[in-house]
Amino acid sequence: MKNKLLARTARLGGLSSALLLAGCELDVLDPKGPVGEGVKTLITTSVIAMLIVVVPTIILTLWFAWQYRQSNTSAEYLPKWSHSNKIEVVIWGVPSLIILFLAVITYQTCHSLDPYKPLEAEANTKPLHVQVVAQDWKWLFIYPEQGIATVNQLAMPVNTPVDFDITSDSVMNSFFIPRLGSMIYAMAGMQTQLHLLASEPGDYMGESANYSGRGFSDMRFHALAMSNDEFNAWVEKVRASSEQLDSQTYPKLAAPSEANPVEYFAHVEPGMFNTIVAKYNNGMVMDKSTGKMIQVQQSAMSDMNMKE
Amino acid sequence: MLGRLSLSAIPLDVPILVGTFIGVLIVGVAVLGLITYYGKWGYLWKEWFTSVDHKRLAVMYIVLALVALARGFADAIMMRTQLALAYAGNPGYLPPHHYDQIFSAHGTIMIFFLAMAFMTGLFNFIVPLQIGARDVAYPFLNNLSFWMTAVAFMLVNVSLFIGEFSQCGWLAYPPLSEMQFSPGVGVDYYIWAIQISGVGTLLTGVNFFVTIVKMRAPGMSWLKMPVFTWTAFCSSILIMATFPVLTVAVALLGLDRYFGMHFFTNDGGGNQMLYLNLIWAWGHPEVYILVLPAFGVFSEVVPAFSGKPLFGYKTMVYATCSIMVLSFLVWVHHFFTMGAGPDVNAFFGIATMIISIPTGVKLFNWLFTMYKGRIQYHACMYWAVGFMVVFTIGGMTGVMMAIPGSDFVLHNSLFLIAHFHNVIIGGVYFGYVCGMNFWAPKVLGFKMNEAWGIRAFWFWLVGFFFAFMPLYVLGFEGMTRRINHYDNPAWHPWMLIAEVGAVLILFGVVCQLMQIFVSIRDCNKPENRDFTGDPWNGRTLEWSTSSPPPVYNYAIVPHVSTLDAFTHDKENGIDTRQAGGQYEAIHMPKNTASGICAGAFALIFGFAAVWYIWWLAAIGLVGVIATVIARSANKDIDYYIPAEEVARIENEHTRKLMAQAAE
Repeated sequence: MKNKLLARTARLGGLSSALLLAGCELDVLDPKGPVGEGVKTLITTSVIAMLIVVVPTIILTLWFAWQYRQSNTSAEYLPKWSHSNKIEVVIWGVPSLIILFLAVITYQTCHSLDPYKPLEAEANTKPLHVQVVAQDWKWLFIYPEQGIATVNQLAMPVNTPVDFDITSDSVMNSFFIPRLGSMIYAMAGMQTQLHLLASEPGDYMGESANYSGRGFSDMRFHALAMSNDEFNAWVEKVRASSEQLDSQTYPKLAAPSEANPVEYFAHVEPGMFNTIVAKYNNGMVMDKSTGKMIQVQQSAMSDMNMKE
Repeated sequence: MLGRLSLSAIPLDVPILVGTFIGVLIVGVAVLGLITYYGKWGYLWKEWFTSVDHKRLAVMYIVLALVALARGFADAIMMRTQLALAYAGNPGYLPPHHYDQIFSAHGTIMIFFLAMAFMTGLFNFIVPLQIGARDVAYPFLNNLSFWMTAVAFMLVNVSLFIGEFSQCGWLAYPPLSEMQFSPGVGVDYYIWAIQISGVGTLLTGVNFFVTIVKMRAPGMSWLKMPVFTWTAFCSSILIMATFPVLTVAVALLGLDRYFGMHFFTNDGGGNQMLYLNLIWAWGHPEVYILVLPAFGVFSEVVPAFSGKPLFGYKTMVYATCSIMVLSFLVWVHHFFTMGAGPDVNAFFGIATMIISIPTGVKLFNWLFTMYKGRIQYHACMYWAVGFMVVFTIGGMTGVMMAIPGSDFVLHNSLFLIAHFHNVIIGGVYFGYVCGMNFWAPKVLGFKMNEAWGIRAFWFWLVGFFFAFMPLYVLGFEGMTRRINHYDNPAWHPWMLIAEVGAVLILFGVVCQLMQIFVSIRDCNKPENRDFTGDPWNGRTLEWSTSSPPPVYNYAIVPHVSTLDAFTHDKENGIDTRQAGGQYEAIHMPKNTASGICAGAFALIFGFAAVWYIWWLAAIGLVGVIATVIARSANKDIDYYIPAEEVARIENEHTRKLMAQAAE
């Protein structure tokens, strides 16, 4: 009888948790790349470590609150008791040990999950380089090696590290693809870096994670992870577009727009990204390899007036 | 002549605002009409608006906080309703222009005008009484602080009907808040509301710092000081240290906007991250400014209702002080994702999680205060136990976000929103409401209604779980904050649950209003009246004087020899009130209209500066300065209550006590 009940309860529990999970796809906890995997492990480890204190605390709270209620006169009552060295040692000691453990993994993961750290690639895989510009209210992706650019659509081959350089031609945004892992701010006049890798093909949601004004809610893009062949075909498709991105057409693109559709640019003027960074920086841009400030070519600058 | 102000500034095209305006107008006219009908203007002016009595100011602060709660909560439920509707192509009922103002106003109002005002109200309620003082150190500044806070809140509400409020979030990050991207008056309303209320808060910090340092009763050494006073002390230090940073950050933003300077602009050498650093150098200590006094409340309530002294008093004091110091070392955790190096992030991450140690210790201290106690379940105790459960969860999610690696996916998501509402509602708000229920009989002379208080608690508690647990899930699903509409079908059911939570909290708020209404209606019932001054068998000095206390608090300044001074007196049969019936004349501050006058000028100045009405702004500014100078030159600011009058009040009280005892 008792066993039957237990079995039924277990089945019910299993069923309900399955239902719960079916109803919710936790993007961040179901990552499609090594960065996201690393973050997921970090989150689960730290939560388990903290539950060592949190669960007993909550149980003790409820238990004491019930046990020592006024009507329970059988419970011991010590109206003067207010100090115990033993308890003090435990309540300072156990949380300190857990925080010590968390501090160690925090330090380690700050380095291992540093968004600036290039990802290790398999042999003979060359990382893909993408320059990202946050605009009002859309994302511009420049592929300098392919000489193409897109708006609100980011394609990448699977199992290839992607090196992102990120800036903004407007207010602050945050570049985020939840399924792949970490985000980083996009700020005008500055370049931030992010390294991601998709290990499974798919169409992943990309978004801005920092509020940027009226059109913020629609500032979404598709991050498409695909095979190498598909990626090459995609590059050709973009190249077939009739649009060009240069200092003449750029201001039209950069003007505020909401829910911007996907756009392809068959050709993008070389150095466009640096020009965008430099126009907020007295024509200077930081050279990533040396860390020194260098002057961007003036001719490109003069046409791309700042939106003021 | 009128600067930027014209008739088009009145949002007649937004039906929600027109409806709200009509509602406010009807209620406002009704209230003003009733006051006039009953001829209460003189009473309000003499006994309240110009009062420098900390107890009166406390009540006014809490009334202000409750009005702010109504406004801030209306914003909250509107946002939740928008997100429950605005799904899969449905734009919802709030266009971005309106929605963005609502979430900006919600955060601004809840922090600056609900939480800060409520906290200052509790300081005023109890700190002077708890340390055996007759008032605060600077009674006039106390009144001025109140009016600065109150007019700043009025300014925020004026923006509802004239012009617009900021659409840049509650911290107005540049460059979005710069002229280039936000040319309207919204950010200017924000700037002046923050600056004016900032004056009030800073003065409050100075006032309570000096009060606690200089005006403790004889014998009350630092480690005999009640924990609530300790937390008020640490909060005051944090206010003095950090509010000037806020003032400067917002002033620099103002210089950018008003004079075309380039502190935080994209171009001209400005740097937006400078603003983020400054605002969070204030913003992080600010949450400890709010939560420490809540911890203080629980440290008074749990012992009182457990019938035991606080477990580990010294530990509690050390924990409070270490939290105060550590809170300065963690501000970068609000923007790990700016691209700082791994060592910088690790430092601030680890510093943040270290704070959880003293915080955890506090929780255990309350836990072991209940242990082997006799817990009476008054409404206060519900809020306290509820807090301990909810806050533990919030603390855990806080540490999760303190780990930079995890924060890289949780930052700015609804997980963050869930976390800080978890600690601000579960910690700060539960604490303040608990404190209000606990000390109301002291300040008002009657107990608050139990049944409605407990109902309010349950609605708030259950509503909190429904409203914010889904947000944790949504954070894991990659939903960011401040979104106006969305297409993701996985998000929708959770937003619906959150909407249910918001409605439950609405019931909670209604129950609280009912509690206040019923308490006032029944205040003369004998079971609610408290003449003894000590309805809960309290442990600290404030319970040794009558309820409500006379204007001078203590006819004879008490002498303190131990922690939990009043318990000690009761156990040893010492009656500090009588002291042989010999009274002396008591020196008291006179009421003054200077505070309300300076506040009115500050309101004029703020409004005029928002709209570029420079002549009026000049009048306002000169008015504030002239009022303060005139006040400084005024020598007629104090009086003595003669010894006979003190004796009369005290004897009257003894007579009432006898009468109640005889019943």
